[in-house]
Order: sequence, then C-alpha cells, then structure tokens
Amino acid sequence: MEHIVIIGNGISGVTAARHIRKKSNKKITIVSAETDYFFSRTALMYVFMGHMTFEHTQPYEKWFWKKNRIDLVNGKVETVDTAKKKIDLANGDPIKYDKLIIATGSKPNKFGWPGQDLLGVQGLYSKQDLDQLEANAPDNKTCKRAVIVGGGLIGIEMAEMLRSRKIPVTFLVRETSFWNGVLPAGESALINEHILDHHIDLRLATNLVEILADENGRAKAVTTDKGDTIECSVVGLTAGVSPNIDFLKNSGIEIGRGVKVNRYLETNIDDIFAIGDCAEQHESIGQRRPIEAVWYTGRMMGETLAQTICGTKTEYKPGHWFNSAKFLDIEYQTYGWVFSERYKKDNEAHFHWRDDKENICITVAFDKETKQFLGINTFGIRMRHEIFDRWLSEKRSVSEVMEYLKDANFDPEFYTQYEDKIISKYNLDYGTTIRPKKKSWKRIFKNTKA
Amino acid sequence: MMKIIQNIGIALFIVALVIFAILPFSGSFKLDKTSFDTLIENHGIKSEIFKKNLEANIVGKEFAGYQAIAPIVQESINKANSVHVKNKEWSKKIYTSSDDLATAIRKKSGYGFIPENKGLMWFLTFGLGIIGALLFIVPQVVTLGPKGIKNDHIYHQSSTNKGWIAWLVFFFLVSFYLILYFKSEYAINWTYLVDPISKSLSGNPAGQWFVYGFMYCVVMTVMAIRMYIKYRHNKYQVLRTTSVLFFQIVFAFLIPEIMVRLQLSYSKGYDFKNAFPLDYDFFFSWNLKELLSSGGLGLFILVWGIVLTLVIVPVMVYFFGKRWYCSWVCGCGGLAETLGDPYRQHSSKSLFSWKVERWLIHSVLLFALVMTGFTLYGFFAETSTVFGIKVQSIMTTYSFLIGAVFAGVIGTGFYPIFGNRVWCRFGCPLAAYLGFVQRFKSRFRITTNGGQCISCGNCSTYCEQGIDVRAYAQKGENIVRSSCVGCGVCSAVCPRGVLKLENGPIAGRINPTEVLLGNDVNLMKFVNKK
Ligand SMILES: Cc1cc2nc3c(=O)[nH]c(=O)nc-3n(C[C@H](O)[C@H](O)[C@H](O)COP(=O)(O)OP(=O)(O)OC[C@H]3O[C@@H](n4cnc5c(N)ncnc54)[C@H](O)[C@@H]3O)c2cc1C
Ligand code: SF4
Repeated sequence: MEHIVIIGNGISGVTAARHIRKKSNKKITIVSAETDYFFSRTALMYVFMGHMTFEHTQPYEKWFWKKNRIDLVNGKVETVDTAKKKIDLANGDPIKYDKLIIATGSKPNKFGWPGQDLLGVQGLYSKQDLDQLEANAPDNKTCKRAVIVGGGLIGIEMAEMLRSRKIPVTFLVRETSFWNGVLPAGESALINEHILDHHIDLRLATNLVEILADENGRAKAVTTDKGDTIECSVVGLTAGVSPNIDFLKNSGIEIGRGVKVNRYLETNIDDIFAIGDCAEQHESIGQRRPIEAVWYTGRMMGETLAQTICGTKTEYKPGHWFNSAKFLDIEYQTYGWVFSERYKKDNEAHFHWRDDKENICITVAFDKETKQFLGINTFGIRMRHEIFDRWLSEKRSVSEVMEYLKDANFDPEFYTQYEDKIISKYNLDYGTTIRPKKKSWKRIFKNTKA
Repeated sequence: MMKIIQNIGIALFIVALVIFAILPFSGSFKLDKTSFDTLIENHGIKSEIFKKNLEANIVGKEFAGYQAIAPIVQESINKANSVHVKNKEWSKKIYTSSDDLATAIRKKSGYGFIPENKGLMWFLTFGLGIIGALLFIVPQVVTLGPKGIKNDHIYHQSSTNKGWIAWLVFFFLVSFYLILYFKSEYAINWTYLVDPISKSLSGNPAGQWFVYGFMYCVVMTVMAIRMYIKYRHNKYQVLRTTSVLFFQIVFAFLIPEIMVRLQLSYSKGYDFKNAFPLDYDFFFSWNLKELLSSGGLGLFILVWGIVLTLVIVPVMVYFFGKRWYCSWVCGCGGLAETLGDPYRQHSSKSLFSWKVERWLIHSVLLFALVMTGFTLYGFFAETSTVFGIKVQSIMTTYSFLIGAVFAGVIGTGFYPIFGNRVWCRFGCPLAAYLGFVQRFKSRFRITTNGGQCISCGNCSTYCEQGIDVRAYAQKGENIVRSSCVGCGVCSAVCPRGVLKLENGPIAGRINPTEVLLGNDVNLMKFVNKK
C-alpha cells in the first residue's frame, strides 16, 4: 500500500489527507510538531479572548482520525532524506514515504531588530505562541502595556486580544495609514478611526528601532524611529510571516522564499509536493502572489493535490480571488481584485462609498476604459460569494453590478440595506441613472450546482 | 463608575435572591375551623374519617414555614382510604393529592408579616431583584464598548464557564422547579407576594402557577433587555427577542388570566399559541369534556388547537422554518433565548450527543402521540382502560416524566451546565414534529457563503442546539438540520460573514460539496458531481 506522508497538520495538510482518503485506500500519516490534532489557527484569538476553549478550535473529533485511518504522529521533522525516501524526526523512528507532502506553513518574520529574542517578545502564529501570550499577558497588572509591531491582519488581531484584557496597546505601523498597501485610502482611513475608537494607541509611519531589556533579560521598552521610548512588558512581532522551511535547506529540494513548486504543486524532486503557506509558485498565477499565506489557498491546494496523488493529475488553478477578515468590530470581505493606490494599475478606477453614520463602506474597482467590473471590497456589509464569483466570470460591467447589487447582499435578515444609498452616490459620481433592481431568487440561483 | 453601579446591582440582586430563597421556609400558618370546612367542601371531600382525623391534627395548630403539612394530610388520607377501600365506599375515597391539599391549607392559613405586607415583600424580592439585575445589565451599554459581538471572557467567567456560580444557579433553578412541581406547599409565601397582581388580573388570589407565570415574564423581560444591549447591532436578534417577549406576556400570561376574569364559558385560561403536542394535555379527556361543554368558545378553541397543529404550524414551517415557532413565539424557547442566552455555548456538539438527541426527542414524540391515541380512544369509547392499560396512568407518567421533570427541572434547571435548549433539543415533541417538516419540506436553510469559512468554530460553539455548524460551513454546505431553531446566533458570531438564515426556493437548498467555491471550476464540477 502506498504510504503518503504529510508534514504539517494545518488546513492544507489535513485537507489533502481528507481528500486522499475519500479517493483511495492509501496509508496516510500526518506528522506535526505543534499539536496532536488539527486546529484552526485563525481562531487562536478567540481562545485568548475567552470566546472559546482551545478544544473548540479543533474541527474534527478524535474518532474522526481513527475512522478515516489517518495516522497522526506528533514529532518534529529534522531532515528529509530524498534518496532513501524517509524523514527523520527529532525523537522517534524515521518514517519512510512513497510520496511526501510538505505543508509546514509559516513562521513570524523577525527582521533582526536588536532585542527581538528577549523574554516578553513574541509573535502570534502557533499554539505555543498562544500559551506564551497567556503567560506574558494574563492581565493588565502583569502586562502594563504591550507594543505591537507591524500593521497587518495578525497585528490588529493581537491588539484586539490584548485590549480584551484591558491591556494598554501601542500599535506601531510602518505605513502612513493602516494596511494601505492592500486597502484603498478610504477604507484604510475607516480602520484607522476604528482602531482609535478601541483605545489603541495607533502610531502610523513609525518603525521599531530597538527593544530594550531589563536586568532579567525581559523587554521593558521599545524605541522608535520617531525618537520615542515606549515602556512596555510585552512586544508583539506581527510584521508578516514567511515559509517555515529551514529544515529543508540541505535536502536537495529547491527552495526560494518557500518550497518551489510548479502548477501541479510538485517540487523539483519526484514524489515530493508542497502546499499551503510554505509553497512558492515558480510563476505567479494571474495577479496572485507566488506565496499566498491565507487559509483558503492552503485548502484549495490540498483539494487539488489530492487529485494528483490519487491518479488524476490536476493543475492548481484557483478561481477568482476572495478573502475576508475582521478588524475589531468591522467585517471585511473582498471578491476579485481591488488594489490599493500603491499597487493600482493605470486602468483601475475606484468607486468608493461610505455611510455617514455607521462604520460601513465599499469600494468597487472597474476598468476605466471597458467599464468591466474588477472587484469589490466591503466593510460592514456581507456579500454573496457565489454571485460575485459568477459576475467576475461573466465579466460584468460595473453598472450591471450596481444595478443588481441587491442580489449580492448577504447581511442577516432585517438589516438595514444600503444599496439605494450606494447607487445614488454612484449615479452622482458618474452621472448615470441606474435604478437598483429588486432582489430576485431566480437570478441568485441561476446556474447553481443543484 | 459603571463597575460600582454594577456591583450595587449585584448586591441588591443577591439580597432579593436570599429573601426569596428563605421565604418558602418562613412565616406561620394556623388554620381555623371555618376555613377548614370551606376547604373540605371546595375539594368535594366526603370522607368523615378524613375530616375528623385531619381536623384534630391541623385546625387551630400553629405551623412554622419549614414544617411540612403534606405528610400529615397524607396520613389522614391513608387512614381514611384504607377504611373506604375495605368497605368499598368509592365515593368517599380521596383522590386529591396530599400536596395539593397541603398547598390549599397553607394558602388559607398563612398569617403574620408576610401576608400582611405583600407589597413590601414583593418589593424586597421581585422589586429589588429587578432593580439589581437592571443596575447590572444596563451599564453594559457602556462597558461592552462599541456595538458588535461581545463574547469576551465567556470562558473565563465562573458564571458562564460552569464554575461555582453556574452550579449555584443550577442549584437554585432545580430547587425552584422541584418546589413548584412537587412540594408546592412551600411556594405559598411566594404566592402572597403576587396576590395583588393576580387579583387585579383574574380576580383570584395567586397560586404557585401564577407565581411561575409572573416570574417567567419578569425574568424574560429583564433578560431581554440584556439581549437588546448585547445584540444591539443585530436587528434579527432585536426583533426576535421582541417577538418572543410579546407572545409570552400577552398570549401565555395576560390573555389566559383575562379569560378567567371574564368568567367565560371556558373557565380556564387558554394559551392560544401553545400547540399540541407541546401542549400535551390538550386532548386529555377532562380538557375535551370541558371544551365541548363550553359552547362556542370551547368549540373555537378545540378547532383552533387542531388547526394550529395540523395546518398553521407545518405551513409556517414550510415558509419560514421552525424558527417562526421555536425562537419567535414559543415560551420555552423564549426563556431559553433570554435567561438561557449566557449558557448557549454549553450544548454538546459531539456526534454522540446528536445520536442521543435523535433517539430521545423522537421517543418523546412517539410517547406523546401514543398517549394521545390512548386518551382519544378512551374518550370516544368512554372507557378508562385501553388494552388493559389505565389511560390515567399513562397520562400521569407523561406529566411527571416529560411535563415536569424533563421540561421543567432538567429543561431549565440544567441551563448553566448543559446549555439553554436541553428541553427543546432532546425532549420537545413539538420540536421533533416541526423538525421533520423543516428537514424535508421547507424553504428555510442557513446558507453557507461559498468558500469563505475559516473553520474558526464560533458558530458551532454558540449553537444552542448543539449543531456542529462548522462541519457544514467548512465544506461549503448549507445547513438544513431538523433541530435548527433559527436563533440566528451562528450568523451573528461568524467573523467572516459566512452564514445567512434565509427562506428561498427548494432547488439548491441542499448542496453537498467537497471542493469549495473559489477553486478551479472544472475541479469543482469533477469532484462535486456524484
Ligand atoms: C493569528 C492568525 C490569524 C489568521 N487569520 C486568517 C484569516 O482570517 N484568513 C486567512 O485566510 N488566513 C488567516 N491566517 C493564515 C492562515 O492561518 C494560514 O494561511 C494557514 O493556517 C496556513 O495553513 P498551512 O496548512 O499551510 O500551515 P500551518 O497551519 O502553519 O500548518 C503547518 C504545521 O506544520 C508544522 N510543522 C512545520 N514544520 C514542521 C516540521 N519540521 N516538523 C513537523 N511539523 C512541522 C507546524 O508546526 C504547523 O502545525 C491567520 C494566521 C494566523 C497566525
Ligand atoms: S463562525 Fe463562520 S468562519 Fe467560523 S467556522 Fe463558523 S462559518 Fe466558519
């Protein structure tokens, strides 16, 4: 029986395992050094905030693994021996494989800041990081202030976590406005305000210079390039992540920033594949980046690779880009591409609307010339994934999207609807006379699977 | 500042609770001869032996609140009945339970501070309790911060994480129900507090069920205010809470009381929204007899009750899902969604619990239907035994096991430990019936938003019905489970906007998927076909 060994029990590795099991009888082993069972990394914050226990973050009960004959090994892989087709563990016997899937995820970036390895300085990625934070910042007496370095999605989550324990938080963000490498200006501004509403000391255009130690080797303050010294007990390093692949350095597997893979998720060595955060495409797919450290990418790669492993060689061909996040109380969804001013191409025009009272706004990107709809960002409004996926495939024009916007709304029943306001602003901006169509189930369900 | 107000609130609430808890065991009771005679007459008791015996033991004697009267009554009943049975004097045999008689005796014989200061005592219990609770709840407008999902520290707090406070609440609730159902003589001091309210509504002094009904409304109202604050960003929750509150206060509480006051032909009050088989005694022969002898109103109620269960309920479930009943109208649901909301996370999500759930709830439905079959047959055939089984004993068993122990003691008492829908999930026969309709013939579903789920588990954690919502959402599948009461909280707590409760066309409602939206379209087609 062919033995499939997967390093990493995150979403990508586990998705691959599940799908391989569905299609085959192969022996499957998942090795991971982090936890015994798969858990949802994205939910770590909710454990710290007391919304859930750690057990709640585990999507499958224990019987699931036995029933599906997926063997779980808790161990750290030290080296991959591609010649003998085996992996060596830090403790425990080597494991021989017929096919190997590398799904080792990411690790937090550290940019060589002085003091980055002091006690009280940490990232937020793993279960161990969560435990560490629990020890470092149990309450606002132990942790008088925390400084978070790096204004991305994990940074703002960490700020929210610490604020839930009433710990004062200073948030150092390199950019001039929060996440404005990704978000257009209007949206970024909304989030800036919201961060301040949550009593987070947001310092824009500010870089970390050094972390200072007390006599016990614990962080006691940071200094910034603005010349400030900020006293603190905890420093959160959340300046992005990079592939967790150091153990592969001398394995002969080609690596760049991540494990280099082709469109079939194959590495340069036969029978070795890489998926998820740690995989790096030789060439970007469409407008995607070569490394995509997001949940959905890991899952899609797992779904795809399972087909190849089970005999249907399948190219990794992700569909339209989508993503979502939550900034404190504001939900964010995106479908298609909306680029920030920094990365926007010449042909990309933006329509932006923001409600005058609520924390709600949207940005619609379209082609200046052809008026083709390119993508949408929504804040505080939920949208229907299927509808936007279809509209993107159909290359709808922006005015059509506006006209049928009500079909796409996914907010809970009875919520205030903002489409009329949005469209009248659109009409005002572009001198059009679009009248919104009433929501139609018929259109929504057109070409669905069932 | 807010903290101080809240702490004062807690203190007041505890004072009220302690007084309320001491009441059953305090006060003094002394029955005089005239009251005794009316009481015996009112209960239609014809046994001289009983009368003599009980009179000697009770009349003119002083009883303290903690002294039980029921055993004394029981002794007299035993004595009397043994003689009557021997002599085959069936008309003299006493069927009234000693608990009911003891309760009636207490009600008539209480004296002293408590019955003489009903208003003051009401204020010290209900009044302080309400004020205290509100002082604790209302400042949350500020302390919870900007509107949004506020589940911080649920698993850090003793009250909501099965800590000692939760066990204390458990103890209180269970004791309360035990007294109410099985030791009602101890509830008499409580009834005094609400006598004035009862009199102003129905014209009668309060019994223990009035205490329960009134308290139910008060608790729901106070906890609804908590819901309004906690979910103030979510209109679905706000409207739903208003709806259950309205149906509880108007339909379950006020209308029945007013019906009694108007002395209509149908002498008891009727809760027009309480559908069979939740309303399990609707087809009991005593009820049918009363309905049929109450002229137009009785007939109307009879027809309404039948139409409600056979037509209105399933048709509404077809259009809106069982939520229209379970989380918009029902009283049990109403309490679960208000008082029970802080405990919703405790419902077990394991596959094992799901299995237990299906066995239990369908057994109860079967039990209710079989029992109703028996009572109806007994009614029409005018017999008290069917297939050699006493119909009365089936009814008594159901009332005791399901009506009192399951729905009351376990259903509500266990909120802090097993979650707020224990009864609705494992026991309610109506929910089982609605569940069938919802699963197999309904437009309602929780739509999963394509591939947006990040498997975080908030939805499953906060599902009060123990549905592992995430198991479906992370596969891109809609949720069409029969047990879903449509509370909407999964949708509310989802940080990625993945879930939406909606009523739509049947086509596409059930959509098994393996590969999620967002991946290669050909792959999706290839894997998802089957
Ligand atoms: C706090 C946080 C919030 C996030 N929120 C979102 C979000 O909202 N949306 C989103 O799209 N993405 C989010 N992400 C990103 C997302 O979680 C990742 O993209 C995803 O988990 C990557 O999955 P993976 O399977 O590739 O790797 P991982 O989940 O990282 O799994 C890899 C596993 O391999 C183990 N491993 C690594 N090396 C070895 C070794 N040598 N031997 C044995 N085991 C090893 C690791 O310990 C780890 O358990 C978030 C990430 C974090 C940290
Ligand atoms: S709460 Fe939302 S994102 Fe989290 S598991 Fe449920 S559906 Fe998925």
